[in-house]
Amino acid sequence: MRRPFDLLFCTVLCAIAVALLACGGGNQTQNTGQTQNAAPAPAGSGAPPASPVDAATAATVTGKVTFAGTPPAVQPVKLSSDPYCEKANPGLKTETAVVGSDGSLGNVFVYVKDGLGNLTFPTPSDPVVLDQKGCHYTPHVLGIQIGQPLQIVNSDDTLHNVHGLGKSNKEFNQGQPIQGMKMTHTFSTKEVMIPFKCDVHGWMNAWIGVLDHPYYSVTSTDGTFSLKGLPPGTYTIEAWHERLGTQTQTVTVGEKETKNLSFTFKA
Amino acid sequence: MLPLFAALVAASTAALIFAGGLVTSTASGLAVPDWPNTYGWFMWTFPLSKMVGGIFYEHLHRLVASTVGFLIVVLAIWLYRAEPRPWVRRLGYVALAAVITQGILGGITVLWYLPDAISIAHASLAQIVFCLTTTIALVTSRGWQHGYQPPTANHQPADITLERIALVTTITIYIQIVIGATMRHTGAGLAIPDFPLAFGHIIPTHWDAKIVIHFAHRAGAAVVTLLIAATSGHVLYHHRRRGELVRPAILLLMLVAFQITLGALTVLSQKQFIINSLHVVNGALVLVASLVLTLRAHYSRFAGSASPGAYASLDPAHVRGADSMLDEGERAWTRRGASA
Repeated sequence: MRRPFDLLFCTVLCAIAVALLACGGGNQTQNTGQTQNAAPAPAGSGAPPASPVDAATAATVTGKVTFAGTPPAVQPVKLSSDPYCEKANPGLKTETAVVGSDGSLGNVFVYVKDGLGNLTFPTPSDPVVLDQKGCHYTPHVLGIQIGQPLQIVNSDDTLHNVHGLGKSNKEFNQGQPIQGMKMTHTFSTKEVMIPFKCDVHGWMNAWIGVLDHPYYSVTSTDGTFSLKGLPPGTYTIEAWHERLGTQTQTVTVGEKETKNLSFTFKA
Repeated sequence: MLPLFAALVAASTAALIFAGGLVTSTASGLAVPDWPNTYGWFMWTFPLSKMVGGIFYEHLHRLVASTVGFLIVVLAIWLYRAEPRPWVRRLGYVALAAVITQGILGGITVLWYLPDAISIAHASLAQIVFCLTTTIALVTSRGWQHGYQPPTANHQPADITLERIALVTTITIYIQIVIGATMRHTGAGLAIPDFPLAFGHIIPTHWDAKIVIHFAHRAGAAVVTLLIAATSGHVLYHHRRRGELVRPAILLLMLVAFQITLGALTVLSQKQFIINSLHVVNGALVLVASLVLTLRAHYSRFAGSASPGAYASLDPAHVRGADSMLDEGERAWTRRGASA
């Protein structure tokens, strides 16, 4: 005859195992317009506080980022792990080094790293949009302010997961199985840069710079950037590239002055 | 049928370890952000057509894990109903508790974004589950139940040296696997990019945490290989007529040679995911092969739990198993067997 302990132990363990196996949400949730906030929404209501910068004296820093040497070869991305991606974007290429014919370097995040002192800036309410289209993040590099909504859209008829790997900001990972799904996220801490990736499609990645001010720019294929509306002063300007690293320069701008900077990254 | 089913469960656990290896090797651990659902679907209703990219590996792993969990539930119930030895029944319960814990750890790794410690614990416990299912398959097997090739009529004593070295080898293999899991889950798999040298030298010329872990795994491989060579050599020299020891000893030698080859190829191929995953599951096979050899080397200690008469030719002075492992009911069963 079996001892009572054996019977009780086996029953409890079997019950736990069955419960875990049966645990689930039942039918799939059809959320075509889901909105989630993974971080607190921007504080305050009504009209945002005015910018601390006097437009009459604001300065501008512009410039161009170039690449010196033989640029890395642009490789085609292998999309065979998802037939939808193969059909939707057959010509997808890597974009870790986007170099124009004149050596201009794209996807460089240029921003004011230092010099704004204790100035505080209003948080924009307009969202910055990160789209997943053709199994590709658009844009590849972007900037956003603390508390500003980041709207992440799945424009594809396939599943993506949105995985933000912040170090200062909390890591998150959300699934977007339905085409048209949107989610909204805000960041609470300055961080340059936060990598984003899709764990379903390993080639998909993006970079987001989170700042407490609006002075940032991402170079396009022509390599140019523009930081407008700066209060007169001395600033440290940093140019960040995902593979080529960072470079900084110091610039002093007077009232209504425009200064030009050049950054050159080498292989 | 029970022995056959137990063997099936052990084999399915090996398949599960391979499936789990694929998940890490393809960086698909977070391809399914929710748990225990899959993108909102109940696990078993997730459309097969949506198993794309990393979801294929992660969801497949969950399906196989659920199947293995179910099989272990059945095994535990079957043992409860049909197994006369209480310690074997308890092995079934422990296996069930371990696989449930594995499931929970797997869920935590997803919900907590793959923390290294939890991922390493998940990998390490998987090996324990495999050891448990293999042990159950072994001790319910016909060979174990009815006794192996009988020792000589001169009351061949238990080989204490073999017992000890086999046990040390098995434990060392497990430690090596845990170091390997630590290396995988801390991203140190290519911390030393060349093989068999390390940065062109026998000993690395510079160190950081990842290089330390990686080199520890290589050094551990050397230690494990020596221990396996010593254990298998002892068996082949002293027990060449005992097939139940010779077979796992030879298998161990073959598996460890294959494991070293796979380890080298993993580095040289820059962690090609199939090779990488085969290295994981083959490591598990090395472990259980050593475990089988160890248990068989200790067979005389289990004599009280074997079929009556199986150890009639053994020197009773060396049969010490009953006192340490069996309860009163089993002692009575042993006495009935001795007097049969």
